Amino acid sequence: MLDKTGFPLEMTGEDTPMVSFRKVRKSYGALTVLDDLDLDVSAGEMVSIIGPSGSGKTTVLRMLMTLERINGGVIYVDGKPLSHMPKGGQLVPANERHLRSRRADIGMCFQHFNLFPHMTALENCMEGPVQVLGLSKAEARDRSEELLEMVGMISKKDQHPSRLSGGQQQRVAIARALAMRPKVMLFDEVTSALDPEVIGEVTNVIRQLVSEHNLTMLMVTHQMGFARDISDRVCFFYGGRIEEQGPPAELFGNPQRERTQQFLSAVREAV
Amino acid sequence: MGLYDFLAQYWPRLLSGAGITVAQFLLAAALGVAISLCMGLMKLSQNALLRGAAVTYIEIFRGTSLVVQLYWIFFVLPLFGLTIEKFTAGYLAVGMNIGAYGAELVRGGILSVPKGQWEAALAINMSPAQRMRRIILPQALVNMLPPWGNLMIELLKGTALVSLISVADLMFEARQINSSTFLSAQVFGAALLIYYVLARFLVTPFMRWLERHMARKLGRT
Ligand SMILES: Nc1ncnc2c1ncn2[C@@H]1O[C@H](COP(=O)(O)OP(=O)(O)OP(=O)(O)O)[C@@H](O)[C@H]1O
Ligand SMILES: [Mg+2]
Repeated sequence: MLDKTGFPLEMTGEDTPMVSFRKVRKSYGALTVLDDLDLDVSAGEMVSIIGPSGSGKTTVLRMLMTLERINGGVIYVDGKPLSHMPKGGQLVPANERHLRSRRADIGMCFQHFNLFPHMTALENCMEGPVQVLGLSKAEARDRSEELLEMVGMISKKDQHPSRLSGGQQQRVAIARALAMRPKVMLFDEVTSALDPEVIGEVTNVIRQLVSEHNLTMLMVTHQMGFARDISDRVCFFYGGRIEEQGPPAELFGNPQRERTQQFLSAVREAV
Repeated sequence: MGLYDFLAQYWPRLLSGAGITVAQFLLAAALGVAISLCMGLMKLSQNALLRGAAVTYIEIFRGTSLVVQLYWIFFVLPLFGLTIEKFTAGYLAVGMNIGAYGAELVRGGILSVPKGQWEAALAINMSPAQRMRRIILPQALVNMLPPWGNLMIELLKGTALVSLISVADLMFEARQINSSTFLSAQVFGAALLIYYVLARFLVTPFMRWLERHMARKLGRT
């Protein structure tokens, strides 16, 4: 069923994407940051987003995390509208209650980790499961310890973030997000604030997620090699639009658009 | 009469006055903290009505004199049929006054918590109330403790005004003793000393302890 403006109230069918941006527009005052963005991400797909500073990469993730309201279009997650909700056969902007119910599918890791400083690593991971999902402390602890084990942080579980290195904090942040069992994980430049020698410990965790879990992931990154390695698809953003997208081998090996070529050669020179 | 002889004779009254001062202080502090929290949160609310109420409260209590507020509560409210006993009127006035200043500290403390903390809390799908209570307020509290220390000292000094409505606090006893003995230097010297000791050896160490305790909770030590 379509709403008056032509957006489906729900997406159904075999090939329903896990995430779907339909004609999404975002502006800050007079500045249009994203213009008519169409982007589908299939279940289990790992999509990297690259592009110059200010091209709207972070904004894409923030809209999906519902940290930003959108000014046009509709975002769907797992077939159901996220930015909007159905009401009387129409899609109307989502209220807080709808956002809360749909947001459970999405997890996000930030450039600056944003761990809760007044809680230990373990408490950071348990907070959501206990407070939001209503798990018992014991269940939440089991789940969190398992994830801290996976990211190699179990030995530091009782430390506060201030006692952890950047790489360690980011691994705890990944565990914290996973503890909510999201269907979609968002990574916004999760290695940009790290010292070069600890980047590997975080990228290895993400690698492991890609190979062993069936998560849908969107990752904004400046690490072209990493994006090339692990992505199913790479999107090159330029000026708030997807300038070019494709499998990493094609986009990096044989970019079609001039702006993509310029960007990639500029990045290579910088290394 | 030397200070020692003076104290030997009048210490029971000074002590009982000091006891009332401490009681006024504690009650006003509890009330002040509660009001600060309410008004600070209301001033940050999305709701214009709540915000307006908080702004009005803060303006009135910060913009006018504490003595006048005290007289209003004790002498004027009874004219409108609301009689409040003097001890209660004392800490009510002082607490409500300090609450207006504390509200700004609460507001500032909350605003000082980095935006990323709100976002991380939202990303694990916490409700707005959970975000505030579990994530933001504990951090805001740590940030605002140092200025709260100063405010508490101000509060202690402010309680001396309740003597004006005859609450038998330290200042009241001192004035009584003075008017019967005229030993002004001794009696106000002793009062000065007692206020100083209360501030310096009770309030300040307690606030320092609280700061250290909270810092430890943040893993900052
Ligand atoms: N809160 C805001 N208010 C106004 N403008 C904003 C805001 N957030 C982002 N912008 C603008 O939106 C545009 C896109 O920002 P965005 O953060 O998505 O870029 P980005 O591709 O992630 O860049 P970078 O690589 O530097 O992180 C930029 O021009 C930015 O200045
Ligand atoms: Mg960005």
